[in-house]
Amino acid sequence: MPVNATALRQHGLTADEYARIRELLGREPNFTELGVFGVMWSEHCSYKSSRRLLKGLPTQGPDILQGPGENAGVVRVGDGWACVFKIESHNHPSYIEPFQGAATGVGGILRDVFTMGARPVAIMDSLRFGPLSSPQNRTICDGVVSGIAHYGNCFGVANLGGETVFDPCYSGNPLVNAFALGIAREDGLFFGKARGIGNPVIYVGAKTGRDGIHGATMASEEFSEASAAKRPNVQVGDPFLEKLLLEACLEAMATGAILGIQDMGAAGLTSSSCEMGARAGTGIEMDLDRVPQRETGMNAYEMLLSESQERMLLVAERGREEEVFRVFRKWGLDAVTVGVVTGDGHLRVKHQGEVVADIPNTALTDEAPRYQRPMQPAPSGYPDAPRAGLLSARRDWNQDLRQLLACDNVSSKRWIWQQYDTMVRTNTLAGPGGDAGVVRMELEAGESRFALAMALDGNGRWCQLDPRQGARLAVAEAARKVAATGAQPLAATNCLNFGNPEKPEVMWQLAEAIGGIGDACRALGTPITGGNVSLYNETLGQGIQPTPVLGVVGRLELAPGQAPLGARFPAPGLDIVLLSAAPKQTADERRRRFGSSEYAAAILGQTWGAPPALDLDGELKLHQLLRHAFQQGWLASAHQVSTGGLAAALAECCLNQRAEQPRLTAVGAAIELSADEAMLALFEESAGRVLVSCAPAQRAALQAAAQAAGLVALHLGQTQSEGLRILLGGQEIIHLGGDEMAAAWEPALEAQLA
Amino acid sequence: MKLGVVVFPGSNCDHDALRAAAEASGQAAVPLWHESQDLEGCDGILLPGGFSYGDYLRAGALAHFSPILGAVKKFADAGHPVLGICNGFQILCEAGMLPGALLRNAGLRFVCRQVPIRVESTSTPFTSAYQRGEILYFPVAHGEGSYFAAPEVLDRLEQRQQVVFRYAGDNPNGSLRDIAGVCNEGRNVVGLMPHPERARRALLGSGDGEKIFASLAAVCQ
Repeated sequence: MPVNATALRQHGLTADEYARIRELLGREPNFTELGVFGVMWSEHCSYKSSRRLLKGLPTQGPDILQGPGENAGVVRVGDGWACVFKIESHNHPSYIEPFQGAATGVGGILRDVFTMGARPVAIMDSLRFGPLSSPQNRTICDGVVSGIAHYGNCFGVANLGGETVFDPCYSGNPLVNAFALGIAREDGLFFGKARGIGNPVIYVGAKTGRDGIHGATMASEEFSEASAAKRPNVQVGDPFLEKLLLEACLEAMATGAILGIQDMGAAGLTSSSCEMGARAGTGIEMDLDRVPQRETGMNAYEMLLSESQERMLLVAERGREEEVFRVFRKWGLDAVTVGVVTGDGHLRVKHQGEVVADIPNTALTDEAPRYQRPMQPAPSGYPDAPRAGLLSARRDWNQDLRQLLACDNVSSKRWIWQQYDTMVRTNTLAGPGGDAGVVRMELEAGESRFALAMALDGNGRWCQLDPRQGARLAVAEAARKVAATGAQPLAATNCLNFGNPEKPEVMWQLAEAIGGIGDACRALGTPITGGNVSLYNETLGQGIQPTPVLGVVGRLELAPGQAPLGARFPAPGLDIVLLSAAPKQTADERRRRFGSSEYAAAILGQTWGAPPALDLDGELKLHQLLRHAFQQGWLASAHQVSTGGLAAALAECCLNQRAEQPRLTAVGAAIELSADEAMLALFEESAGRVLVSCAPAQRAALQAAAQAAGLVALHLGQTQSEGLRILLGGQEIIHLGGDEMAAAWEPALEAQLA
Repeated sequence: MKLGVVVFPGSNCDHDALRAAAEASGQAAVPLWHESQDLEGCDGILLPGGFSYGDYLRAGALAHFSPILGAVKKFADAGHPVLGICNGFQILCEAGMLPGALLRNAGLRFVCRQVPIRVESTSTPFTSAYQRGEILYFPVAHGEGSYFAAPEVLDRLEQRQQVVFRYAGDNPNGSLRDIAGVCNEGRNVVGLMPHPERARRALLGSGDGEKIFASLAAVCQ
C-alpha cells in the first residue's frame, strides 16, 4: 500500500508528524513502519497532549519504589513486601462492545501488575454510564458489569467494588476505569527492560491473530455514527488463558532466568519490544516468522499491530531458555524465542527473510511528538446561583431523603458487585459497599501485620464546575475513604478521562485538573505512581464532563484478629461523632457550593455554583487523627460524608452490610443538630467530614485529640436499635424506619436493570 | 493424616483449599497436578473451586476427562473421602460420581454473597462435627450452581438422606428443593456449591466452615 495522505489520515498522523518521521529515519518509512509510528505516536501510547502537564505531578517519596514509566507503580509496604498497582481506562472499546471491552480492560490491567512480578490480589472499577432510562445505557451497563465479572471471576482475583456514577454526559461515552493491585517481594520485582546484548527475546502466551489491530489509534479519536463498524477493532479476552499466563509467569520468574518482561497491551508486539529496548538503551531484532500465529497469511503489518490479548514478551538470560520453556510447557502455553537483544538501539523486524521495519526505539518513544496545545478557560455552563425561591420552599424532608436514597448515584450498588467474586483467595477484610476495600497480606510465611486499603474516586460534575477544585476533591476523597478504614494513605494512581484535547477548553480543563491533583497529592503525601490518560471521550462532538479518577492505596497495621474500621454502626448505644476538617463558610458561600451537590441535581433538578470547599492541611490532620484513633481502639466505625450529605451518610451507616451479612441485627441512629438551614444541614457535601461511632467512654479522648489537631469533633447523638431520627434546633425533621430506608435504597438500581 | 487438593488449569480456590486442609490436618496439604495419576498416599481429596479448563463447553465438563480424575474415582470407589466445592461439585456431577447436574443460575448471572444453609445430614465424613438442622453461613460464588435432577432421582436422594445441605431461606440460584449439597450412596463423596473454605474466620465474614475440615480430620485420624 502506498504511503500517501489517505494512509496518514488512517493512521492518525499529521503532515508535520510525517515530516518528523522522515527526519528521524533519514528516509521515507514503508507502510509497515508507518503503521508502527501511527500507533506509537497515537495519543493513547505517546501521551503527546498530556505529557508536558503530567511532569508537574509529584512522583517521589520515601516509600515509592517505582513511579510512572513502568507497567505499574510500586510502593513499599514493609517487612520486605511491596504493592504494585495501576488504574487504566478501557472507555472506547467498552462503548463499542461493552462486554469484551470491559473484560479486556480488566485483563490488561492485571497483566500490567503481574508483569512486575506481583500476584494480583484485588481489583476495583470506576464506572460512568448515562441514565438508565435509556435502553442503550442499560445494555452498556449490563454488558460492562458482566464483562468485568466474567474476566475477574475466572482469573480468580477479588473485586473490591469501586464506584459507579450515572450522568447524561456519559450517554455516548461510558467510562470503564479498571484498577488492579498485586503483592510482590521488594527484591522480586521485574521491569520492562531488554537487558544484555545477545540475550534471547521470548514470546509467551496466546497466539497472535488479527484482532484489535488499531485499537490504540481508535482510542485516540472521537466517535461518530460509524463507530459500530470499529467493533472488529475490539479485542476478545480469555481469562482462563490469562490465569495460566499468570501462574506460568510467576513460576518462570522464580527460576531466576528472566531478566525483563512486559505485557503486550496496546500496539502489542510493537510497543512491548520498542519500550523494553528504549528503557534499557538496547535494541531488539525480531523474526516474525517465529511468532505463534492463530491465523494464516498474516503480514508483518498485522502481526506488529495486533492487540491479541494474553501475550507477554520477555528477555531471558542466554543459555537458560529451556528453564523458561519448561514452565510454559507445563501450563500448556506457547513460549518461543522470536528475537535477540542488540546493541544498536533499533527495533529491527524481519519477515520472510526481509527486513520489514528498522526504526530507532527512541524515535517511537522519547522522540514521539509532544504538544503544547492551546488552552482557554472553559465556562462551566451552569449558573452561579439557583433559581429564585429554590432553597426557601417548604419541603418534606422524609420524602426527600427517601427519594435521595433511591436515586442512582446514592442507592446501593449491590446489583453490580454481587456479580463479582469479592473474596476469592480469602483475604478480603472489607469488600464492596464500604468506604474502601481492604485485603490482608497473606504471605508465604504466615500472617502479616499489614493489610492494604484502596479506594477510587472522581466527580465529573465538580470538575465541570471547577476542574482544579474537582480534582483536588477527588484526591482528598479517595484518600479519606482509605483513612476511614484506619489506614495510612501511601500513594495514588490516576486515570484522566477527558474530551478532545484539540479543543482549547478541554485542554484547559486537563491542565487545571492535573494541577489540582498535584496540589492535593503533595499536601496529602500520596505521590502519583502512574496511571493513564484517556482523551477524545466525545461522541458526535459531545464531550464528557472532565472526569479525573483517583485511586489511593493505604497501609493498615492490624493487631492479630483486628478488623479494619467499617462504615456500618456496629451496635446500638454508641456515641456518634462528626469529625470535620471542613473550612468555615458564610451562609451565602454554603448556598453557592450547595449547587454542586447530588441533592441539588437529583431532587431540586438544578446544578449551579461551585464544588465544596477543601482545606488540604485540615484534611491531612483528619487522616492522621483517624489513624491514631483507630490504633488507640477508640473507634467502632467510620464513614466519610460525601454524595447525599450527612443525611445520606447516616442512613448508609445504618443500612451498610444489611443485605450482605444476613446475621447482623438492625441498627439505627438518633442525632440532634443545632439550628441551621435544614436543607444545607442535611444534604450539603462539604469535604473533609467523617462520621464515626465510639463507645461513650472513649468520646472524651477522641474529642480532645481532635481539638489538639485543630479539628472539629461534634457529638451528634447515639446509635439506636432501629430507624433514623434527626432533630434540628429541637425540632424533628427526619424520622424514618430502617425498613423504609432500606426499601428505597436497596432495590432501586436492580429494579431498573434486572 | 495427609490431604490432597487437585489443581486443574483454571482452578482458583486451590490455594484456599490447601490452606484449609493444612490447618485442619496439621500438616502440609499436597497439590495434585491434573496430569498426574498419583494421589501420593493422601487420606482425603478435595476438588477446589475455580474454572477448570476455563469451564469451556460446560462447567466441569472437561475436567472429568483429566488423568487425575481416574485416580480420584478409584479412591472414592474404595470408600475414601472426597469433597468437591463449587467447581469441584460440578466436576463430580459431570464425572457421575454424584447424582444430578448444575445448571446456570436462575437469574443467569454470577452470584457472590453469603447465604444461610441448613445441615441436613451429619452422617458424612465432612459433616459429622455439625448438628443436624444447624444453620451455617457460607458464601456462594458461581454462575452455574442451580442443582437439577429428575424428580425420581430427587425423591430417592431424599429417601436415602443424600441431601447434605439445603439453602435456608435464600436460594441464590434456583436449585431444585433448595439443594446446596449432596453425597453419593456410599456417603464418602460430598459436593456442595457454597464455599466452606472461605468461611473459616469470623474476621472474613463467617467461621462456620471450619467444622467441615475438622470433621474430615477426625475421620482420617
